[in-house]
This record gives sequence, C-alpha cells and structure tokens, in this order.
Amino acid sequence: MTSKLDHTFAQLRQNGEKALIAYVMAGDPSLPITEQLVVELEQAGADIIELGVPFSDPIADGPVIQQAAERALRSGTSLRAILSMITGLRKKTQIPLVLMAYYNNIHAFGPERFCHEAAQAGVDGLILPDMPPDEAGPLRGPAAAAGLPLIFLLAPTSTPERRTFVAQQSQGFVYYVSLTGITGAKLANLDDVAKNVEKIRKVTKVPVAVGFGVATPEDAAKVAAIADGVIVGSAIVKQIASHQQKPDMVKHVAGFVRSLKTAMRSAQLKAR
Amino acid sequence: MRKCEHSFEQPRSRLSLRREPVYTAAREARDVREMRESKFEVPKTSNFEPRTVPVSPGHTNVRVMMTSVPNKQGRFGAYGGRYVPETLMPALLELEQEYALVKKDRRFQSELAYYLKQYAGRPTSLYFAQRLTKRLGGAKIYLKREDLCHTGAHKINNAIGQGLLARRMKKPRIIAETGAGQHGVATATVAALFGLQCEIYMGTEDMQRQALNVFRMRLLGSTVTGVNAGSRTLKDAISEAMRDWTTNIRTTHYILGSVLGAHPYPMMIRDFQSIIGREARRQILAAEGRLPDCLIACVGGGSNAIGLFHAFIKDKKVKMIGVEAGGLGVASGKHAARFAGGKPGVLQGTMTYLLQGDDGQVNLTHSVSAGLDYAAIGPEHSYLRDQGRASYTSVTDDEALAAFDVLAREEGIMPALESAHAIAHAMKVAPTMKKSQLLVVNLSGRGDKDVQQIAKMRGITL
Repeated sequence: MTSKLDHTFAQLRQNGEKALIAYVMAGDPSLPITEQLVVELEQAGADIIELGVPFSDPIADGPVIQQAAERALRSGTSLRAILSMITGLRKKTQIPLVLMAYYNNIHAFGPERFCHEAAQAGVDGLILPDMPPDEAGPLRGPAAAAGLPLIFLLAPTSTPERRTFVAQQSQGFVYYVSLTGITGAKLANLDDVAKNVEKIRKVTKVPVAVGFGVATPEDAAKVAAIADGVIVGSAIVKQIASHQQKPDMVKHVAGFVRSLKTAMRSAQLKAR
Repeated sequence: MRKCEHSFEQPRSRLSLRREPVYTAAREARDVREMRESKFEVPKTSNFEPRTVPVSPGHTNVRVMMTSVPNKQGRFGAYGGRYVPETLMPALLELEQEYALVKKDRRFQSELAYYLKQYAGRPTSLYFAQRLTKRLGGAKIYLKREDLCHTGAHKINNAIGQGLLARRMKKPRIIAETGAGQHGVATATVAALFGLQCEIYMGTEDMQRQALNVFRMRLLGSTVTGVNAGSRTLKDAISEAMRDWTTNIRTTHYILGSVLGAHPYPMMIRDFQSIIGREARRQILAAEGRLPDCLIACVGGGSNAIGLFHAFIKDKKVKMIGVEAGGLGVASGKHAARFAGGKPGVLQGTMTYLLQGDDGQVNLTHSVSAGLDYAAIGPEHSYLRDQGRASYTSVTDDEALAAFDVLAREEGIMPALESAHAIAHAMKVAPTMKKSQLLVVNLSGRGDKDVQQIAKMRGITL
C-alpha cells in the first residue's frame, strides 16, 4: 500500500529535493489561524505539515512547544475539533498532514474510532512521541485498517537492535531525533547525525527525516544534505508566538518557512 | 597501612550484612516457625487454589496464588508498560537488565541490607497504639513506624536502593522529583552519602507548602529546581525530571520516588519498599501470633502502600485498603481520588487510573498533602483494585487534619499529612471491627515537615 507520504517523498526524490516538514501546534493561537497557516506554509514551500495535538503533559517537548500547547488548550482546542478543522482544510489543500500527539489523547478518544475518523478527515500519518513500537499493539490494527502510517522515532541513544526493530516498524518515514534531549534544544553534532542516518538507511527503505534542533535556514540546508526530510518545529512555533499579536503573523511565519525551503533547495543544487 | 584499610572495610560490613538478607526461603521458613509456635488458626477458604503452608496439624496458613506481576513487558494486567520517548527506551531496558542482575546479586543485596539497617535505622518498629485503640474502642491498632526512618519517611528505602544502583551503573549524577519533599530529601541524602551530584525538581506550589524540606535538600548539597508549569505540583515536577533525564541520559540516573513511571520503575520501587511489609508481617506474627485482619496505607503514587501490602498479597484473609486524597470532597472536583473520579489512561510512562477530562487532558488535583496531590496512581494499585485484592477509598483534607491532631494528642506522634489520611480512615474502620481483630496502619512519614503549613492554615505565625 502506498500512502500519500510515500508519494510525496518519491516525487521529491525525482526532483532532486528534500522534504521540508513544518510543525505547527494545532489551535495556537486558534484553529482558524492554524488552518490559514497550513495553506500559507504549503505555498511557502513546506512539503508536509506536522500538526501538534496539544496535551497537558508533553514530556518530550521543551518550553517553546509546551507553551504553545498551553495556548492551544486555552483556546479550547480538542482532538475532535482538530479533526473537523482538517476536514475543512481538505477542501483547500492536499498537502500531507501528519498528527503529532501524545497517546493519552488517542486512548481517551478510542484508538479504533480515532484511526477511522482521522483517516476520514484526511490525516496522512501519526507520530506519537510517547509510544514506542513496543507499546503500539492496540493501535496497529486500527491504523492499518484505516490506512494510517505509524511513524516511529529513533534517537542517538538507540542501540543497533532497537534501530533495526524501530526502523522496520516505521511507515511513511523514520523520524530521527537529532539530539539526546527534548524539542527546541540546540542542534547536535551533524557528523554523528549523518552517521546515524546512514545506519538507519541500511535497515529500512523508508525515508529518514531529521528533527529536533533544526532552527535556521543554515541548519535546514545542512540537514537536507544528510537526510530525506528536515523537520522544523520549535523555530516555527517561536515565530508564531512572537508575532501573535500582529496582523501579519501568518505572512511572517510563511516568510520564515520560505527561507528554510530556499536554503534547502540551493544546497541541493550546489550538491549536484 | 593498606592492609589495615582493607581489613577495616571489607569483613566488617560483610559480617553484619549476612544477617539481614532479602526475603528468602529461610526467612519464609522463620515466619512459618513463628506461626507454628503461635496458637492462631486461619480458616480455610475454597474460592482459590491456595498454596498452603502447613503450620501444625489442624492449623493452616492460607496463602493465595496470584500471578506474579508485572510480566516481561512491565504489565500489571492491563496497566503499566513503557510509554516513553525512544531516547529513554534504551536506558529503561538497561535499567531493567541491571536491576535483574542486582536482584540476584548477593553483594548488592547485602550492601543494601547494610545501609537499610545501619544508616536508615531499619527495622522500624511495629508499635501498638494503645491509647488510640482504646479511644476508638474497636480493633487493635498497630502502627508501622516508617516515620522513624532516617530522613523521616519510607522514601529512604527506595532512595538507598536506587542510589546503590546508580553507583553500580557508574552514573555520576542523579535527579529526582518531589511532591512533599520527602523523596527529595531522601534522594539528596543518598546523593551526599554516595558522593553523587544531585538535582531535585519540585513544583513551585509545593516549594511554598514545603519550604522546610526545600531548605533541607539545599543543606544536603543538592540543587532544587522549581517547576512553574501546569499545576506547579508533583506531576509537573515528574515531567521536568523526565525531560532532564532525556537530555542527560548518558550521565544521569533518575531516582523516581514512587511506584509510577515506565517499567521497570513500578516493579523496582515496589521491591525496594516491600521491606516494610516483610518486617510488619514478621513483627505482627511475633507480637500477636497471627496475621492482621486489615492493612491501611495512604496512596499518592502508592509506594508506601504497595510496600506494606506486597508481603501480604498472598494472604487472602488480610484485607488491604489504600486511602487516596479526598481533598475538598470528591463531589467538589478538587481532590486526588483517582479511583473515584478517574479512568484508565497514560501519564508519564505508564497506563493506569488517571484523573482526566473526556478529551484525555490531565486534570488538576488538590490535596492538603503535597505527597498525595497527583493525578495518577501506581499501575499495580490499578491492578490490585481490578483483581479485587485491595480496595481504595478517600478521606478529605479536614478528616486528615483532624487525624493529625488525634494521633499527636493520643500517642505523641505527629504523622505526615499524607500518613494522616491513613490514620483518618483507620479511625473510621477500627470502631466497626471486633476488639480481637488486628489493624496495621502504615505511618509512612513524620509530620515535622507539615508543622509550618498547619500553623499557617490556623493563622498562626511562627
């Protein structure tokens, strides 16, 4: 079964490009603005959008995304509301959307019902930072039935055994966490990242995207030289937070994303 | 010179250690011998397939077989597991392996027994609370005096165990979360004892409530870092400690303080705390020649409760009651009674009963006692409750505060506000029991840390 993610990565490969995966917290500052952001970020060059689902206790996230989650929860954002926003969004754009959620929100929704409704709404994949494949049993069946890829994460601390195990379970892409830490930390040693991405490629055919710590166009260009996809989260969320009160916030954030994609493209051109 | 040092250190500790083993077959045999000398008779039950230990002709100690939990995946029935970011998974697997090794390692176990005895002051006594018993006019009440442990609570049992483990794994730095500050103090103490660098995370709300313990941790040489997120209590301190651990995993061991979090923590911490029940079982057999009718302990995460219950789990006749924080009353919504208002969910690495909204966001909790003020409960308690092996109830802030006064005035013991919840429930239950019946209450910690808070609540400036 080929998913929309597979298709996007294949297309980019043909064009000699790498995927820019832009993260925004759904509902920060409100769901209508998130909807606008997704459309504008696609225009600005994002290839895949990762939508954060706000959770009260996000253990894998640094302060920037924690605060975004708090803002989103204050604006009344729920998983149900996010899915209905996505349903509306699908009339405007077909960009691949992956949800990044903590498992309890899905557990409370009901895994089966969630997978079904998420796929119906137009979600293209799931990233669950607190659910390693070891615990994914109850979700696997429903996700497969709904055609929802489960994207798992690997980290610098992963042992060779886990690298093989996790990479082979991961669908759509493998999310490689560039550093030993939480979101929004400083980008780690790129040589190590490159080595680890190579090791992952040896055990799986799915693309490898690198996230955590990618903050600037320069970072994005460097990571694009190594991986199939570049995930930028906290840096985008920071832009949203600091321009929240301004009328041109969406434009401003789109401008930042454009600078990321431009840097990635020119680095790829030079490489060829 | 060298020889002298050697002869001072090695044999001495070894000698004294051999006498305090873990719960071995020999210890079990000793318990049985004690039973045999006693006149007590436990009636047979036919509901379960019991493992019977013959005591003497006609006398039978009924011990029920329960499946050993957790399983290899860290599951207590449907609960437990390992819901953590991948970065932590290898460390948890390493910890699990290392713990399996030390469990069988005589040297580690004798070192643990040594520190528990010579440093923490174990065994703690099982004290017959005569005046309290008389006042309530029912069952005989025994208090398991964990408040007499070094640092003032049962938390030291686990901190020493994990401290030794950290040292063995060559981690120079330890971190911990703390609610009431008791686990933070225990960890800071162990850090000083073993020469480890130590950072403690604590919600800023709790830092205010437990200012004395904050200062104690600092006096012991630890860094106390305030956590200003969410409800600014225990839950947020755990999240922050998990983030620190994720970042510094190569150098740091996280000494989690209760039977919470991802596998192997709930199992490991239970094992380290189960000395409470092993001692209590032996002590009540020695004092009364029979097992107690009922055990009562307060439950935040639930480490003191599981510590007391564990050695009795197979003794089907022994009733076990966990007491949660009822706060301002379960109906008010301001409480931490997970079994009254919660449903299963995943928080901070484990699947368990959790106070949460319909959409899976974790609720804010309230309790007068910082140590019980937490939205989830240890997964093994969820399991014991589902199995019907233990039952759970709650008492309110006011009831706990009243129990504090009663114990202080009747017995000259100031309980920690956490433990006062157990006392409060004992005060309800004891009068309904026969005078011949036995009630063991875990007095998990002493109340010195709460004196300032109580004064403040009564409008008294110290």
